[in-house]
Amino acid sequence: MDVAVIGATMTPFGQREAWIQELLTKAALACLDDAGVGTAVVDQLYVSNMASGEFEGKTGVMNALAADIGLTPAYAQRVGQTSASGGAGLYAAWQSVASGASEMTLLVGGEKMTHRSTGESSDIISSLTHPVEYSHGVTLPSFAGLTARAYLDRFDVPRESLAEVAVKNHANATKNPDAQFKKEIDTEDVLSSPMVADPLRLYDYCPVTDGSAALLFCPVSVAKQYTDEFVRLTGVAGATDTHVVHEREDPTWMRAVAESGRQAFEMAGCDSEDIDVAELHDMVTLLEPLELEALGFADRGEGWRFAVEDRTTLSGDLPVNTSGGLKARGHPLGATGVAQAVEIYWQLLGEAGKRQVDAKRGLTCNVGGFGNCVTTAVLEAE
Amino acid sequence: MMTDQELLAYRCENDHLTYPAHSRCPECGNPQTETVSLADREATVLTWTTVTASPAGVREPNTLAIVEFDVDGQAVRAIGSTTDAVETGATVRPVYVDTLRDKEASIRLSGDQPWEGYRFEPVE
Repeated sequence: MDVAVIGATMTPFGQREAWIQELLTKAALACLDDAGVGTAVVDQLYVSNMASGEFEGKTGVMNALAADIGLTPAYAQRVGQTSASGGAGLYAAWQSVASGASEMTLLVGGEKMTHRSTGESSDIISSLTHPVEYSHGVTLPSFAGLTARAYLDRFDVPRESLAEVAVKNHANATKNPDAQFKKEIDTEDVLSSPMVADPLRLYDYCPVTDGSAALLFCPVSVAKQYTDEFVRLTGVAGATDTHVVHEREDPTWMRAVAESGRQAFEMAGCDSEDIDVAELHDMVTLLEPLELEALGFADRGEGWRFAVEDRTTLSGDLPVNTSGGLKARGHPLGATGVAQAVEIYWQLLGEAGKRQVDAKRGLTCNVGGFGNCVTTAVLEAE
Repeated sequence: MMTDQELLAYRCENDHLTYPAHSRCPECGNPQTETVSLADREATVLTWTTVTASPAGVREPNTLAIVEFDVDGQAVRAIGSTTDAVETGATVRPVYVDTLRDKEASIRLSGDQPWEGYRFEPVE
């Protein structure tokens, strides 16, 4: 069954007063309104969230949301795949519709994080690591530092090239009213910001963020009853890599990104050269070039050139992270993968405002851990 | 409770060697039947970072390294914190530390979480 997306919304990302339940509710209701679909026809609800239990002592958020917005007795499930929970939600929503199990599936992703200190947040997120990593205080940012040093050394990459990713994504975010940071920065700002995990600095990393996003899925045949304005989810696939990061033969190769991308392209019947716009998981600047390489946009060791040569800007041949990415739109863990697809939906329907690019086919890549679990999706304009 | 007191690598019947242990060998799916202590061996630093934004319960700054041991011609890697500054390519040896991070300040409660283990010390 061909799967359509007929509604998409996100709440403003940043530091929010609302807790997880309110964030999820706001995105869910706005999405149904956006599509002009009533609650009575929603068969299934998926809620992408990494750690509401750890962040605010609240579990069962999918049931609470279903009841709060009048979806009962619809099937409701929480989708947890650490920071790739949103991408995993796309996969779950696709499965629910493609299988014929649901004729209307609502996907809502959200996370409430900023009430915790950075140290607490960091501990919650790094609790996904293996015990032999966790005991040494290994964090996701530290994997990025270890991998960045290997990447810069091995491919003789200029350090400034990573800063260019942050500069570009901040510039894009100034055109996104829902972004956390709407402030331009330059490479000097990045290279003089406080060190976090040598050689990477504060402005190489995404912030801690509250926020939510939602998408509404149904068969293409059903979509046409509601609207002419919809996009197709033509490819979606997930993959995993080792839990222990040092076991990877080549730490600079994102194997799960490559594998999920390969499968998503195969399903969509296209290749990297057919993609017009992409939302990549720039939890840290380094990941944007590594994903460009793993997805086949760039040759091995060459991904860093894209930002340097302005190929990924709004006017480049492959605009990447038009939303501002995780770096500047923000990264509310469970919401991110959903928000990536919301951005592509807007781009494909010509609703992206000042950051609009010319695109018929878009890609999202949502990464959990340091490449531990990944979902890649291809969306196409009708 | 899992301990990391001996820094053990694990080998399956097909001679694949891993650190840490797996219930099944990631290469071939067989059980791991032998152990090899890495504690008295030297290793080479493959890459390192110094973290200046540590999570709760962890020292700051925290220098971490991925190192590679050569076990009779077979490479096996480990990650760990270091006692001092290190450089890529440097030789290090494991040094036992009874408290790697503060258990009370950390979110993890699991019984399989070791709190002691080995840091890597540069060999002059």
